[in-house]
Amino acid sequence: MPGAFEGETVTRRRFMTGITHGAGAVAAGAFALPAIGFALGPLFEEKEVPWQDVGAMDSFPDDTYLPVTITVTEGIGQAGRSTAYIRKRNDQDTDKPDEYNQFVAISTACMHLGCPVSYKPAAKRFICPCHGGVYDFEGKVDGGPPVRPLDRFYTRVVDGRVELGKRYSVNRELRRFSPRDPGEPLDGIGQFAYPSRPSIRKIPGT
Amino acid sequence: MPKLKLPKPPVPPNLQPLPPRPGTANGGDGPLDKAKEAGATVVDWVDERTSLSGGARWMMFRKVPKGTNWFYTLGSATMFAFLSQAVTGVFLAMYYDPSPTNAYESTRFITNEVFLGEFVRGMHKWGSSVMVILVFLHMARTFFFGAYKYPRELNWIIGVVLLILTMVMSFTGYLLPFDQRSYWATIVGVNINGTGPLVGPFLSDFLRAGPEFGATTLSRFYAIHMLLVPGLIAALIGLHLYLVAKLGTTAPPWMKAESDPELREEQK
Repeated sequence: MPGAFEGETVTRRRFMTGITHGAGAVAAGAFALPAIGFALGPLFEEKEVPWQDVGAMDSFPDDTYLPVTITVTEGIGQAGRSTAYIRKRNDQDTDKPDEYNQFVAISTACMHLGCPVSYKPAAKRFICPCHGGVYDFEGKVDGGPPVRPLDRFYTRVVDGRVELGKRYSVNRELRRFSPRDPGEPLDGIGQFAYPSRPSIRKIPGT
Repeated sequence: MPKLKLPKPPVPPNLQPLPPRPGTANGGDGPLDKAKEAGATVVDWVDERTSLSGGARWMMFRKVPKGTNWFYTLGSATMFAFLSQAVTGVFLAMYYDPSPTNAYESTRFITNEVFLGEFVRGMHKWGSSVMVILVFLHMARTFFFGAYKYPRELNWIIGVVLLILTMVMSFTGYLLPFDQRSYWATIVGVNINGTGPLVGPFLSDFLRAGPEFGATTLSRFYAIHMLLVPGLIAALIGLHLYLVAKLGTTAPPWMKAESDPELREEQK
């Protein structure tokens, strides 16, 4: 082979070029990979959601909602606070009863793009101020652009006090799904087009 | 004597400086003569060691086609809008605090307490709209004049990337005052990103640094807004300008190529 000594399969020039490129790639990777991992880390880290006390059992009616201020993210002041609408379960509720929905807790994030909805007792409906989304008493879509019913929170009763836990999403039949962001439908192909994320999951088996 | 010859400014002859009287100047060694030459000497010193003047001349003294008009200044106008954003942004960063509990308070402090704070913040705020408008006008000029065609396609592509980066700047900068409007606009914007199938949910997790608007969302937006994207924009503007100088500008579409008068006679 020209440019190589006897028995060599690679010329020295080629070998040096390869080594230099390899060293450059190692040096660049040494700072690029940790930086990318640093930025992407939160995508794979499950967020801890503690149970929070929201009031005594008998303070919640079953025919209307009571707004309760909850903490979604701790340590960031008012920006981490939100509102949940809570009531006692009644016999008109269509979702499957279990230990986590004896009290119905509705999230205020509109399922169109996340604006805060408010409950209008006179109309028995949730109304979104941004783009006119309307939900019925159970949080199912009544009109406007939202793609699925309002998200809910797990609730449980401990010593006569109602506690509120993780958020979960529901489809049109109020079946539980791991929390999705607003604007992501869960009926039909939607549940596959918008996969659940490692950063937040529903309670397994519910 | 300086070797560098700068072009004479186009002033009328009777306003131009008189030529030196024979025997006095032009090689005079007095301190006044030296002071007069000081600027050119310094430039010479640098140029001898870097050869930068060739590049500067290549960039500055270009031939432009007949019919070049005011529409051709929209690109530089956009660049100066960007420079204005960069400079005011750097100085706003001296007072701004990207923490969820202090961001609004520090913005209020800039607006109400800092000397010229409202003015500099206003320049940055309104300048961002000016920059977006200029980007689109510049793009429209390029499109309607057909200036995206061969051999300038790559410059159009770089321009589109710059447009997207400008949008990223607008999106990330909108959160920083951290008032009600910023907060809810960002919630909505992140959720719009989330509606992309398959990757959307992960993209919105990336933007928020987690499943909910959290403690590091604001600092993440701040880092993207003031470090990551401006660096990319500056680098791409450099490349964009290099290609403009390399390829030259186009004549407006209404200009006809002039042919030889004799040839024109023959074609009749």
